[in-house]
Formats: sequence, C-alpha cells, structure tokens
Amino acid sequence: MSQAQPAPRFRAGFWTVLCGVFFLALLVITFIRYSRGLGAVTHLSDKFPWGIWIGFDLLCGVGLAAGAFTVTAAVHIFNLKKFDPIVRSTLLTGYLGYIFVIVALLFDLGKPWNIWHAIIFWNPHSVMFEVAWCVMLYTTVLTIEFSPILFEWLGWNGLAHLVHRFLTLFVILGVILSTLHQSSLGTVYLIVPSKLHPLWYSTLLPLFFFLSAVGAGLGMVILESYLCKRAFGRHLEMDLLVPLARPMVAILSIYGIMRIQAIFRNGSVMDVVHFTYEGRMFLLEFTVGVLAPVFLLAFKKVRTSQSGLVAGAFLAVLGFVMNRLNVSVTGMERASGVHYVPSVMEIVVSVAFVGLAMAVFALAVHYLAIFPESVAAQAQAEPKHGWPLAVAEEGE
Amino acid sequence: MTVGLLFDSTRCIACGACAEACKVQNHLPGPVQEECTAYTWTTVHTVEDHNIRKLCMHCLVPTCVSVCPVAALTKSAEGPVVYDAERCMGCRYCMMACPFDVPKYQWDRAIPAVGKCIMCTDLVKKGQPTACATACPVAATVFGERKDLIMDATERMRANPGTYQDHIYGIKEAGGTGVLMLAGVPYGKLGLKTDLGDEPPSMHTWQVLSKVPDFVGVWGASLYAVHWITSRRDEVAKFEGRDE
Repeated sequence: MSQAQPAPRFRAGFWTVLCGVFFLALLVITFIRYSRGLGAVTHLSDKFPWGIWIGFDLLCGVGLAAGAFTVTAAVHIFNLKKFDPIVRSTLLTGYLGYIFVIVALLFDLGKPWNIWHAIIFWNPHSVMFEVAWCVMLYTTVLTIEFSPILFEWLGWNGLAHLVHRFLTLFVILGVILSTLHQSSLGTVYLIVPSKLHPLWYSTLLPLFFFLSAVGAGLGMVILESYLCKRAFGRHLEMDLLVPLARPMVAILSIYGIMRIQAIFRNGSVMDVVHFTYEGRMFLLEFTVGVLAPVFLLAFKKVRTSQSGLVAGAFLAVLGFVMNRLNVSVTGMERASGVHYVPSVMEIVVSVAFVGLAMAVFALAVHYLAIFPESVAAQAQAEPKHGWPLAVAEEGE
Repeated sequence: MTVGLLFDSTRCIACGACAEACKVQNHLPGPVQEECTAYTWTTVHTVEDHNIRKLCMHCLVPTCVSVCPVAALTKSAEGPVVYDAERCMGCRYCMMACPFDVPKYQWDRAIPAVGKCIMCTDLVKKGQPTACATACPVAATVFGERKDLIMDATERMRANPGTYQDHIYGIKEAGGTGVLMLAGVPYGKLGLKTDLGDEPPSMHTWQVLSKVPDFVGVWGASLYAVHWITSRRDEVAKFEGRDE
C-alpha cells in the first residue's frame, strides 16, 4: 500500500448489477421522454413546472461541484500549496458535476435542441440567461483546467505545460464564474416573492446559495475522498482534509446566522414555532445541514477523527441537498396548490445520473493521473517531462 | 399606445362565448377545458354567483418577458405579450415566474410549446378588437386603449355607487397590467392574487443582475491581487534563502 500503486480495483457484485439495472431503465425512460414528451415520464404539471430534475440534478449538481473552485482557489490564488494533492480529484468531481448538470438539462428542457439559442438570442434581464452563460463558460474553463490531465495521459506534455502557463488566468476566471453561477441559482428564485415560502425566500438568496455551496462543496471534497478510500483502498489524507473542516464550520455558521436573521425579518418564525409542514422541513434541513455539522466539526477531537470528519461532511452535504429541494419543491408547494411527488421515472433518471457520474469517476481514476500517487507514478514513467505537482511557482 | 381589455365581473353571464371564440381564433384543439391549459387560453369561473375570467394579464412590465433566457416572450409595441415557439428552449422559467400563473405547457407533446393568451395580436395589429371582446354578448369584456379603459371603468364606478369594489384590479398590480378587472366583491374572493404589490417582480432580479458587470471587475481584480501578494511572499522567501 505504501508503494505508489495506482491500480484501483473495481467491485463487481451487488452495486455493479444495480447500476446496470438503472442504466437499462435510463435507456427506456430516455426513449419514452423524447418520443412522448415530459408529461409521459414526470409528475410535472402546469401548476408545478419544475421538479427534482431542477431541484436535485441542477441545483445540487452545481452546488456540490463548488469544491472544485474552492480548492483550486485555495491552491492557486491563496497559494496554499499543501492542498495541491487534492486539486485533481476535486476538479474531476466539479467537471463531472457540470457535465451531469448539462445532461440533466437535456432531459428537463422541453426543447433541448434549442439550448444553443441562449448564445444568439440575448436577454440580459433574465437570470436564466446568466445561468446559461455561466454553465457554458465555466464548463469550458473546467475543461481547460482539467485538460492537462488528459494531455499527460496522451503524452502531449508540451500542451499540458502551455495550459499551465496560463493557469492563474483560468483559475481566476473559474472563481468569478463559479461565484456568479452559484449565486445566480439563488437569484433565480428572487422572481417569486409571492410564491416561495418566506422560510426560504429572502432578498439574500444569492448570497445564501453561494455560502451554502462553498460549505457543502468542501464537505463534498471530504466525502469524495472517503468514498475513494472505500472504493479504491486509498488512505485518507487526514492532514489535508481536517483543515478543510475549519472553513466549513466558519462558513456554515455565518450562513446559519444569516438564515435565522432572514427568517426573523420575514416574520416567518411562527411557522417554525407552530411546526407547520414548511416549519418541520426547515428544522430538519437546518439541523442536518447547519447545526449538526457545525457542532460536530467545531470540536477538534471530532474533527480530527476520521469518522467524525466524514460524518460532519456527510451531514453538511445531505443538509445542502435538503435545502435545495426545499427551495425548489417544499417552499413552492403551498402557492402552487398541489403536492408534488416525483414520479418513479424522474427518480430513476436522477439516481442513474449519479451512478453514471460515479462510474465515470472510477474510470477516470483508473486511466488518468488523478491521485497524487498516480501522478508520482506517471512522473517516474516519463522523467523528462515530469509533471510538477505544485505547479504555480515552477520556473523554467 | 398600449391596448388592453376591461373585464366587468358584474356584467358577465358566464356564457363561455369568449373561451369558444378564443379557441377558434387561435386554432386551439379540443373543447374548452375547466381550467386554463396550453390548449385553452381563457376560462370563465363562477364563485358564489360572481363570474371571473382567467387569461393572461398582459403586464406592463411582464415578468415572463424578463425571465425568458432567449427572449421568446416579448411585449409588443401595441401591448400584447407574445410568444415565439421557434425560439423557446422549454426551460419553463416563465411558468415558474409569472405572478398570475398564466403560461401553460404542452406536457403531452414530444415537441412542446408554451400556451397562453396573446391578446389576438394579429387582430390587434390590424386595429381590430380581440376575439373574446367581439364575441361577448353583454360587453363584459371590452377592448380598447388602456387609458380609455381606465376612464371607462372609473366612470362606471362613479355612475353605479355601491356596485363595484373601490379599485380597478390591474391598475397597479405587479406594476400594472394591460387587462383590467372590475368586480362587486373583493378580488381575493374571486381567486385573483392580492399580495402582488405594486412593483414588477423583475425588479428583484434586476437589482442583482445589474450589478454583475461591476462585480466581475472588482472580484477579478481582488482575486488577482490576492494571488499576486501570496506569490510575492514566496518569491521574497526564496530570494532571502528561507524556503517556505
């Protein structure tokens, strides 16, 4: 294990079979969706036009990809080089997250073949226009940031070096686009003050979406490292992951306090006190996603233990998903007058996409130099164009 | 010039002629449905003997127009809010955002479109009234210039004291609408939204969106500054021979 050994082993058995079943179901549902329309596969209606494909696939997919820009910013802008070994895996997660979002959009959009219209027909007054451009541009930036890993694999080290030369520029662009994109998903809901429940509606929604995405994005980095440990038998880089827990606590605390202030300002405290449907959902979301992780990770003893760290990260991510589903579904139900429960097919599609993303992650880890040990192994194999691990400061 | 419709609930006899005429004029398939759908653009509902029409309100500052990422929805010069299915990518943000819940979707089609009242824009462009106004046997729906309609409504309110609510619905709601309504009972009772405020909802998003260009510049420069300082620290450390 101590030897640089990049060979991850694939687990056949229950999970593989389950994934297979889901992918087959995905194929069937894809056919029905494109031949018979959205109504044939979803429980969406005129009263409830956005379901979990927006609430989970899009909002959570983008949010949980936030670890990528946070960690790249830490390494390349704040010069915290010690985090460099995890940059590649968070980049991969972010990249796959965005591809997952785009594929999900192709399912959810009524006329996905017109998706490129946002490029030529402009409406700068539309938040969705901003969202569309952020998706396009940030996916491009992610591709560029990720490209050296592919170039290395292809043996095109010259190109990889070229990209590196301009890396700071792309990292800054990536952080700007991510900030805009994360917050704009909150701005999307600013347009519905009369529809979104006051427990979630606030003029600060853009800031809330940004903060919670950074918090949960860091949690996702920890969680993903843990999953990699489980799946590929890697060791957990506790020395790198534990320091991530502290900004998580800070960000989630600020976010939590602001949320509570907003609820007092909106005068919706009574919903919590009276334990209404929305009040209960809010309490669950807030306890799981803010109170519990902050409480757990604030203690050094918990934070520095592997199970404590992973538990805190998992709760933050789970609470984040609850928040996005509450904004997009729970909070919109009362005004819509209907109770939306996603169809089995909607759920299967979402789950299959998550499975697909994980499968691609495993494949990428297998073939590309993602983890530091594989990077080192690759550098050894080609000593001449050894790929420097810490990149930003490297001279000639 | 902005045209609109004035609907007077106290005159309406709920005959449904407006909804039928709308179907014919706009080539909408199937019979008139209970509620508005992508194939039924207007309906008449009766709440305790009071009749009320449902249709696109043709806002003066339409939320749907502001949210459409590809500008498939537009406010025409005459006043109707119109839709271009060719441009639409089907994100359904208009349905989400509309404060009056007007846009509907063709959920049953592989190549779907949004459906909503377009104030018979072809007729209006030719200077003719909408099909619903023409079809109405009791002039409960009348077509005209918005400011004339407001005068007409005010006159009716003055001439028939006690008959009407002391407010024309649509005069300020969500920034004002092209379709105006008069009724004898509180509008909330008829299912109309009364919590919309006087400002168009798009004001909330524009407050944020209008700051994006400034934000990009400031944020980008700040990030570069941080990068410059932190890298400089390393350079100095290297120069002075203390590594790290």
